[in-house]
Amino acid sequence: MKSLPARTVDAVMLEQRAASFRTRSIKTTAKLAGLRLAMSMVDLTTLEGKDSPEKVRALCRKALTPGVDHKGRPLAPVAAVCVYPTLVAVAREALGDSGVKVASVATGFPSGQYPLAVRIEDTRRAIRDGADEIDMVISRGAFLAGKRDLVFEEIREFKAVCNASASIGGDAPAHVHLKVILETGELETYDNVRRASDLAIEALLVDGGDGPAGTGFIKTSTGKVTPAATMPVTLCMLEAIRDCFLTTGHMIGMKPAGGIRTAKDALHYLVMVKETLGDRWLSPDWFRFGASALVDDLVRQIRKQGCGKYSARYDYAEA
Amino acid sequence: MTTPSSGKTIENAGESTQTAAPETALVHVKSRATSGPGGGGGGALEFGAAWDYAPAPETVKVQIADRYGLYIDGKWIAPRGGKMRGDRGVFATINPATEQTLAEVTQAGAAEVDAAVAAARRAQPKWAALPGKERGKYLYRIARRIQERARELAVLETLNGGKPIRESRDVDVPLAAQHFFYHAGWADKLEYAFAGRTPRPVGVCGQIIPWNFPLLMAAWKIAPALACGNTVVLKPAETTPLTALRLAEICDEVGLPPGVVNIVTGDGRTGAAIVNHPGIDKIAFTGSTEVGKKIAAAVAGTGKRLTLELGGKSANIIFDDASIDQAVEGIVQGIYFNQGHVCCAGSRLFVQEGVLDEVTAKLAIRLASLRVGDPMDKNTDLGAINSRAQLEKIEGYLAAGEAEGAELCIPGSGSRVPGSGRSGGQRGTRNPEPGARALVRAGLPERGFWCRPCFFKGVQPSHTIAREEIFGPVLAVMSFRTPEEALTRANNSPYGLAAGVWTDKGSKIFEIARRLEAGVVWLNTYNRFDAASPFGGFKESGFGREGGMQGLRAYVEV
Repeated sequence: MKSLPARTVDAVMLEQRAASFRTRSIKTTAKLAGLRLAMSMVDLTTLEGKDSPEKVRALCRKALTPGVDHKGRPLAPVAAVCVYPTLVAVAREALGDSGVKVASVATGFPSGQYPLAVRIEDTRRAIRDGADEIDMVISRGAFLAGKRDLVFEEIREFKAVCNASASIGGDAPAHVHLKVILETGELETYDNVRRASDLAIEALLVDGGDGPAGTGFIKTSTGKVTPAATMPVTLCMLEAIRDCFLTTGHMIGMKPAGGIRTAKDALHYLVMVKETLGDRWLSPDWFRFGASALVDDLVRQIRKQGCGKYSARYDYAEA
Repeated sequence: MTTPSSGKTIENAGESTQTAAPETALVHVKSRATSGPGGGGGGALEFGAAWDYAPAPETVKVQIADRYGLYIDGKWIAPRGGKMRGDRGVFATINPATEQTLAEVTQAGAAEVDAAVAAARRAQPKWAALPGKERGKYLYRIARRIQERARELAVLETLNGGKPIRESRDVDVPLAAQHFFYHAGWADKLEYAFAGRTPRPVGVCGQIIPWNFPLLMAAWKIAPALACGNTVVLKPAETTPLTALRLAEICDEVGLPPGVVNIVTGDGRTGAAIVNHPGIDKIAFTGSTEVGKKIAAAVAGTGKRLTLELGGKSANIIFDDASIDQAVEGIVQGIYFNQGHVCCAGSRLFVQEGVLDEVTAKLAIRLASLRVGDPMDKNTDLGAINSRAQLEKIEGYLAAGEAEGAELCIPGSGSRVPGSGRSGGQRGTRNPEPGARALVRAGLPERGFWCRPCFFKGVQPSHTIAREEIFGPVLAVMSFRTPEEALTRANNSPYGLAAGVWTDKGSKIFEIARRLEAGVVWLNTYNRFDAASPFGGFKESGFGREGGMQGLRAYVEV
């Protein structure tokens, strides 16, 4: 396939544009619709060393019913639950066929500093235990060292594992969808973020198919490195996705992760998606938030939109 | 103290003019530029009705008097006669988004200008004799008061001028305050600005300002004049007098000595009376080149000092190694900011040939997401055109552009967007059926003055739209092959106010910027202003600088 043209990114104007989305005033019906949309896009995440099966079960419960509105009606579920590979089976069992996906951070998360064979096996096991989505990390060391081919091939390998999920056996789903974590906090410059995005997109497209499960997502961060997702970084990646779409017609999904804690932040991200990529990306098929605390604030704000008052903190299950 | 603010309350429910761009027509924008090489063809982005923003009207209520007098010698002077409309003594000032009258404003005649100049003359020696730090205190107080009344000033600016509340709130008013703060700092440091000299004030300054940034231009004029010990007679533009009159109220509130700032309203005749008044030492004018030339002729031989900040047809040059997405953002900021009513607007776009199609396609995409409509809605990006006269002028240029063979593109109007399909025969809106005039208003309210953001492709340097200042949201897109060609074309203009250069290569930036004949050159950005940075033009864009240390020079004798 033909390479996308090399792109540079001007930091000043990128940041200025990203900041401009925050000046949009989202009120009344648009606010409520936006909050509900954001809720449907959350990958509810727990990625701690102390994660227990019980905590994951609680999280899954919350994913299915994040809360109730001001009249006590349950809110619609989030998009997915995101856990470490060892807890995939627990999440799979808890979520069943509810439609909420099980995502897992395989591939030697969060550093990616493991032999490729180990990382592939990590991925296969997560899929065999029932993961619908794999959030992989790229080897930032290789990328920063200029070994772009290596990173490219690595993404292709993981993509191939996902594409061949049916042959893995166990509880492996028929379609597994790959998200490529660039860990933008370690790439440092927007030029690097853009190059890594283009690289990941091209690698995803090599064996890509149609539909959300076919191509895949690019994702900002593991959540283990500061800074995690920021609006300028996300905009930079959305522009890479836009160029890919304008050039090839293929859609790529986007997932900012880490640091998006408030409903207001989430609405600003949605404004950015709407005004950069348009209507079709305003869907959990193409846009996700990697977050945990965000869900609580979304519930709070949805209830507030309904009755005009904030509820007490103890009204929410802070899993 | 007398204040004119005791009349009706204007409520901005916003229902009368609420319209946003994208939902009027589902706009399919496809990039022709990039659909070729892959063979498979590109996709078409949709900017339709998904998750539409609800109206977000600014709710601050502003008191506007039924009628305003003149602010002379620290007093409000009621208009002569006192009869209602049609009277020679007053004229109506309207909201260009609704065409509703906001207030009546006094037409100052020769006698009133005379009184204002006399008051300024009387006040000047005492004002100049104040220690600099004392003058600075007054400027500082004005700045703070502008900040305190910021929301009110922003709402009034938007009501009277048609610009989006988002811009008056985030740009006009904060920058106006910044100019007073900045010059408050200079007031006691003038000897350092002119090392080895003894700066003395010029005297009485007659200042005439335009309607595109009414409060900000008043700040640009008044702040340095006062800092340097001058007194002023300022005339705001005929269509947008209300914020300048509010500034008079602020001068009153902070206890500025009577006569230091005098504000007289009126049309060109009032301006002529100021220009020709023998008691004035210096004229500062911002406005059209046509009027500027008349003023220059009028003051020639009178001994009056003069600075002019006039029109522009500024070049925005995009090289193929630029960050394209950010450059497109800069194009939008350059020409569509404030409905294009910006003297330094980047109205001539030069794009290097290899990226021309991509840039125009992406510009069309970006324009499809711009929101045009009620200026009071906090999500509006483009508000109303300032006046009927200006709208007619813009429409005249749209017609001229089409008549001379350029291709008009109006994304977001339901019209075809360049590259919006692979089948042939789609060529922008050339020979448009409902007419360009209808298309630029498509989906916008009946009342009020509206023009959607648009651009011309296929423009030749000899076209009227590539040479004359349109002062509206209309961009002329041209291409070039080599840097030398870009420079030649950019400099081939009677104007020389500003320019923009977009490239990722530092050496190219410095080479091109050095050789551009423009007072301001923005590098990888556009329309960025700061009180510390001098602003002014080359050639027919005027002379003299405003802002920064250089801007003080026009207000002192050394």
